[in-house]
Amino acid sequence: MLDFFFDPENWSGGNGIPMRTLAHLAYTFIALGIAAAIAVPLGILIGVTGRGEALIAGLANALRALPTLGLLILIVMLVAPLISSSLAFTIPAIIVLVLLAVPPILTGTYSGIQNADRNAVQAARGMGYTTGQILWRVQVPMALPLIMSGLRGALLQVVSTATVAAFVSLGGLGRYIIDGRATQDYPQMLAGALLVAVLALALELLFMLLERFVVSPGLQRKTTSGAALATA
Amino acid sequence: MGFDWIAYNAGRIGELTLAHLWMTLTPTLIGLVIALPVGWVAYRYRRLYPWIVGVGGLLYTLPSLAVFIILPMMVGTQILDPINVLIALTVYTFALLVRSVADGLASVSPETNQAAEAMGYSSMQRFVRVQLPVATPVIMASMRVILVTNVSIVSMAAVIGVPQLGSLFTEGFSRRQTLPIIVGIVVCLILAIILDQLVVRASKWLTPWLPKERA
Repeated sequence: MLDFFFDPENWSGGNGIPMRTLAHLAYTFIALGIAAAIAVPLGILIGVTGRGEALIAGLANALRALPTLGLLILIVMLVAPLISSSLAFTIPAIIVLVLLAVPPILTGTYSGIQNADRNAVQAARGMGYTTGQILWRVQVPMALPLIMSGLRGALLQVVSTATVAAFVSLGGLGRYIIDGRATQDYPQMLAGALLVAVLALALELLFMLLERFVVSPGLQRKTTSGAALATA
Repeated sequence: MGFDWIAYNAGRIGELTLAHLWMTLTPTLIGLVIALPVGWVAYRYRRLYPWIVGVGGLLYTLPSLAVFIILPMMVGTQILDPINVLIALTVYTFALLVRSVADGLASVSPETNQAAEAMGYSSMQRFVRVQLPVATPVIMASMRVILVTNVSIVSMAAVIGVPQLGSLFTEGFSRRQTLPIIVGIVVCLILAIILDQLVVRASKWLTPWLPKERA
């Protein structure tokens, strides 16, 4: 296994560790970005209006019960024939990643908005804030810890699923695992697994730091962990 | 291709379902048994809480496919041995549950704790007869999430070749057949719903003093 890491072949070119790590990160953040662009505004809407919460909670639960691998393979098989370009396998895989990332972000956002301190909201109203000002200056900042936890949970899910997606031809670090398995090359599989594990841990720690940075100091307190929200 | 395929493969689907069920239930129960005492330690010694919960969170961060492959190196098993899947899921279950146990125990009101102490309960008696029953709904709510998630994680092991319902996904993909995949997804869903309902029933049975509408 160490030979794998010391082999210069594995550090250059499109199949090298740096490029595959970058590809893995690219898929992850593209999916996370699209999911956030959908889930954060929708979550704010649900949190403010209080409508559709039961529906979303139900959908999130149903999605959790669906086996990720089956969903991934099924969607790739159904969507891939419709796309003729070289992205035939990439696009459906990213669709699944987005699908998995939306529920934790959505849940984090609307529960964050709903759990914003009512006294603070009323105080802002008393100070003459408009509804829009209350939302952007009070509710959203107060919801940030939970929104960030939701994003962290989604990130975790996407990094992990992007690895499995190598099975349906997606690039990234999962390739070492799938290709190693196909050629009975256990050291390669192990190297891929270690790289993925290190990447996931590094992203988790980075995100925890980011949370401290983004969240208002007045609101720094223990919140639900990303892991819990990933499955919430 | 259609009902013929299902009828012809009914035996195998049954076998895969049993393997899947076994690989889901065993580690979830072992994880629960480990999480109870460790969760109690995290609750009792508050300084250890951030460490125990933090380590749990980091363990849960590790992608399942990676863990299935790294474990054989650490414990010396064969890569295809289902025991790797069992250990990995036990770790995940423990990682998520230990926090719920600690938080559940911490949610017991001080009045209740003081009453138990005044009645002469030892620390151990208090844990078993008072704190644990009061924390049961919180722990069981977590168990529901974990069981349903575990049904999905087990199917991942098909990628490295451990047979269970996930095998229907990988085989369907290599033969370009959607039916096995759909059958696999439906059976997984049914399994998840049944297990979820079992936890709901168990929770109600364990907490007969709670009003009926609480699940």
